[in-house]
Amino acid sequence: MSETKVIARVAVPGVRKEQTDGAAPSSAPSPAAADAAASSALHALAPRADFPLLAANPDLHYLDSAATAQKPRVVLDAIRDYYETSYANPHRGAYRLSHAATERFHQARATVARFLGVADEATLIFTRGTTDAINLVAAAWGAANLEEGDEVVVTGMDHHANFVTWQRTAQEAGAHFRIAELTADVRIDLDHLASLLNDRTRAVAFPHISNAVGTINPVAEIVRMVREKAPRAVIVLDGAQSAPHLAVDFASLGVDFYAFSGHKMGGPMGSGGLIGRRALLEAMPPYQTGGDMIEFVHDDRTTWNVLPYKFEAGTPNSADAVGLAAACDYLSAIGMANVRAHEQSLVVAMSEALASIPGVTVFGPPATERSGVVSFALAGAHPHDLATILDEHAVCIRAGHHCCQPLMRRLGVSATARASIGAYTTLDDVRAIREAVAAAARVFGG
Amino acid sequence: MTNLDSLYQEVLLDHYRKPRNKGVLEGATAQADGRNPLCGDEVNVAVTMEGDRVAAVKFTGQGCSISQASASVMTQLVDGKSEAEIEALFERFHGLVTGTAPLAEGEAKQLGAMAAFAGVSKYPTRVKCATMSWHTLRKAMGHE
Ligand SMILES: Cc1ncc(COP(=O)(O)O)c(C=O)c1O
Repeated sequence: MSETKVIARVAVPGVRKEQTDGAAPSSAPSPAAADAAASSALHALAPRADFPLLAANPDLHYLDSAATAQKPRVVLDAIRDYYETSYANPHRGAYRLSHAATERFHQARATVARFLGVADEATLIFTRGTTDAINLVAAAWGAANLEEGDEVVVTGMDHHANFVTWQRTAQEAGAHFRIAELTADVRIDLDHLASLLNDRTRAVAFPHISNAVGTINPVAEIVRMVREKAPRAVIVLDGAQSAPHLAVDFASLGVDFYAFSGHKMGGPMGSGGLIGRRALLEAMPPYQTGGDMIEFVHDDRTTWNVLPYKFEAGTPNSADAVGLAAACDYLSAIGMANVRAHEQSLVVAMSEALASIPGVTVFGPPATERSGVVSFALAGAHPHDLATILDEHAVCIRAGHHCCQPLMRRLGVSATARASIGAYTTLDDVRAIREAVAAAARVFGG
Repeated sequence: MTNLDSLYQEVLLDHYRKPRNKGVLEGATAQADGRNPLCGDEVNVAVTMEGDRVAAVKFTGQGCSISQASASVMTQLVDGKSEAEIEALFERFHGLVTGTAPLAEGEAKQLGAMAAFAGVSKYPTRVKCATMSWHTLRKAMGHE
């Protein structure tokens, strides 16, 4: 990677490497990662060499980490090792191999729980990802609690996984579906949100971080507001974009449910989870039924297994849970404070670089207050055309509505171009996207 | 020509910037909507049929340069044509943008503005953008 063309050098605050929390040595990033943490965004915080796909494509500028993150080798190795050394159906067999598989699966849950600040690991339910986790809450909690005339609140910046799920759940229950509007710089309008909260509000669901523009929402402030004005409401936080990019401590967030996707954290696709308060989870009926989630099946009725198994019907995706745990160990070893600092310096540099090109508009709050997302438009060029031209420069970005059609309507656009950052992103990627967008401006500027 | 230059040819960009036959068609006898949910492109194609001939055609919509230029070029190509002629044009266009029937030697002249879409075949993710307006026209005429 050329260092001579770097447009700006941004210092990352010298945050020290965090405790690795007993991570297996094989899950640690290569030593360069820790050194890079204290240096600058010029270098990847997570070395490219740790990521087989990036190592094999040295010229590729992968700027779509908000959609999904590239996989560190330690994650792929952990999955392979599980299949090769400890593989059987967990919870099933009375033989040693099945026991080993079960143990690895349980260890994986403990690791992920620790990573997200969950003391009671039985309250971490493995799911296919955020979508599945939100659907679990909406279906199971909703079925038992939502009544006609109740109110459910989401926001204008929600991902369809949250927006559509609660829209449909509310409609099926005869409850009112309310949408908290946004400010001009794409934050939740807290005054408007406050005006929607009352004794009939039963659920408030919103994203920790907006995937489309990167707004980091003030969770503590919203939680305080909801508890005061809507005492009967559960708070559901969509953590798809926070688990990979911020230090998340479920215990101190103060929400009732937290949903996340493993694939955005460097873990495998099809992994993820829901964290919930024990009392709520225990009071909820099951989501799906089948093997593992039962205690005793009578001819005329069935009783349920304890947490978390009550919500994990069928053979679990234990191999991907093991992979997700390896991803958590990898991130822990780098330190989430370092991840945030690195990504923050890059999002600032990228926003400045793009905004300096005539015709470019960047959406959302100031860069210092966003996660590693730069959602932008180039006058005269449709985002889809931009993505094609950028692809020709080996720059991978997303163009479209980012599963946020309600937000696009509020922005008054049909789509945006979105570049997003991960721990392996560098200033060289920033240089590449700036040059590519400038080239696109030459095609479409005239 | 690089792949990108062959994709964004001047003809195509010209139709994108100054779309022909864009607007609402008064007294249309048939119309249909097309959408690409992936990127939010949308188009409405309205026609007035006289017998099996297109007597007038217009489109409205918004989206990327390929989708909008394709709609613009299409309206020029199909104006006054019979349904059978339009089906033949569609087949040629489809082969061109998917790459199953590339531009033959000396064919460019005969195809006119349609030939400007040959570059799309190098970009599989953009084929849908190019074909959306044609599928929408065929839907309006009851062919899909
Ligand atoms: C904010 C947000 N919520 C929900 C989702 C859905 O996640 P998944 O598709 O992994 O279930 C995503 C990812 O696309 C997201 O960014």
